[in-house]
Amino acid sequence: MELVVFLITALVSVACAIAMILSKNAVHSALFLVLNFSAVAILYLLLHAPFLAMIQITVYAGAIMVLFLFVIMLLGAEQGEGNDPIRWQQPVAIVLGLLLLAEGGLVFFRSGNIIPTPGNGTAFPTDPGATGGIAELLFTKYLLPFEMTSILLLVALLGAVVLTIKSREKEGAS
Amino acid sequence: MVPINYYVLLSALLFTTGVIGVLTRRNVMIMFMSIELMLNSANLALVAFAQARNDIEGQILTFFVITVAAAEVAVGLALLVGIFRTKRTINVDDISTMKG
Repeated sequence: MELVVFLITALVSVACAIAMILSKNAVHSALFLVLNFSAVAILYLLLHAPFLAMIQITVYAGAIMVLFLFVIMLLGAEQGEGNDPIRWQQPVAIVLGLLLLAEGGLVFFRSGNIIPTPGNGTAFPTDPGATGGIAELLFTKYLLPFEMTSILLLVALLGAVVLTIKSREKEGAS
Repeated sequence: MVPINYYVLLSALLFTTGVIGVLTRRNVMIMFMSIELMLNSANLALVAFAQARNDIEGQILTFFVITVAAAEVAVGLALLVGIFRTKRTINVDDISTMKG
């Protein structure tokens, strides 16, 4: 049963990823990416990570993709892609990408002991719905990185504001 | 119980799709979305390994990756808006002012 759910979700996510890079309209690409993120959220549920699944839906499929769609529509950037001036680039890129996939697969499946054994780190909480394990680690062992991400988000916020304000001043001056 | 190999294979497939998207498309928005796809596939591999090791720290790393991705999107989209205001294009081939 679990395998059937996995296979269907994996098929949806790969199909959406391929449709995203093939579609001509950037809005369609963004919507395919939302579907892909939702499929990955279902996979997180299968992997006993319910908190991350919800984060994936709210932050990725919600906040980030809304930002993307907003900017695409603000700029009117749905089409606007001319012909590639370098003709041979696309087939070469596809071949190189498939080569990367083959190489990664070879490295992973040829070396047997990459697949890890159960470690001696912090075990999963026994109740699969509990996010207490994540919270406890986040506020004890990983407190410093956690605070650093808050600073990172603040700097990103300031950066976004500064970047847009400067260009507005220039437009006003000219 | 799905074997972890399947998750890693799916993650590799999604990552490759993202790489091909960045390399082939010239619309800067779609290139940006392909980068998000790559980050997301790395997250999937992290969560799968966390499950295989029965160790929740992999999920914490995923949490940080999502935060960094959110910050990256905010700054990146602000940059794109700035570029579009000055150059009036989203085709990366037209953004070549710094080319020697």
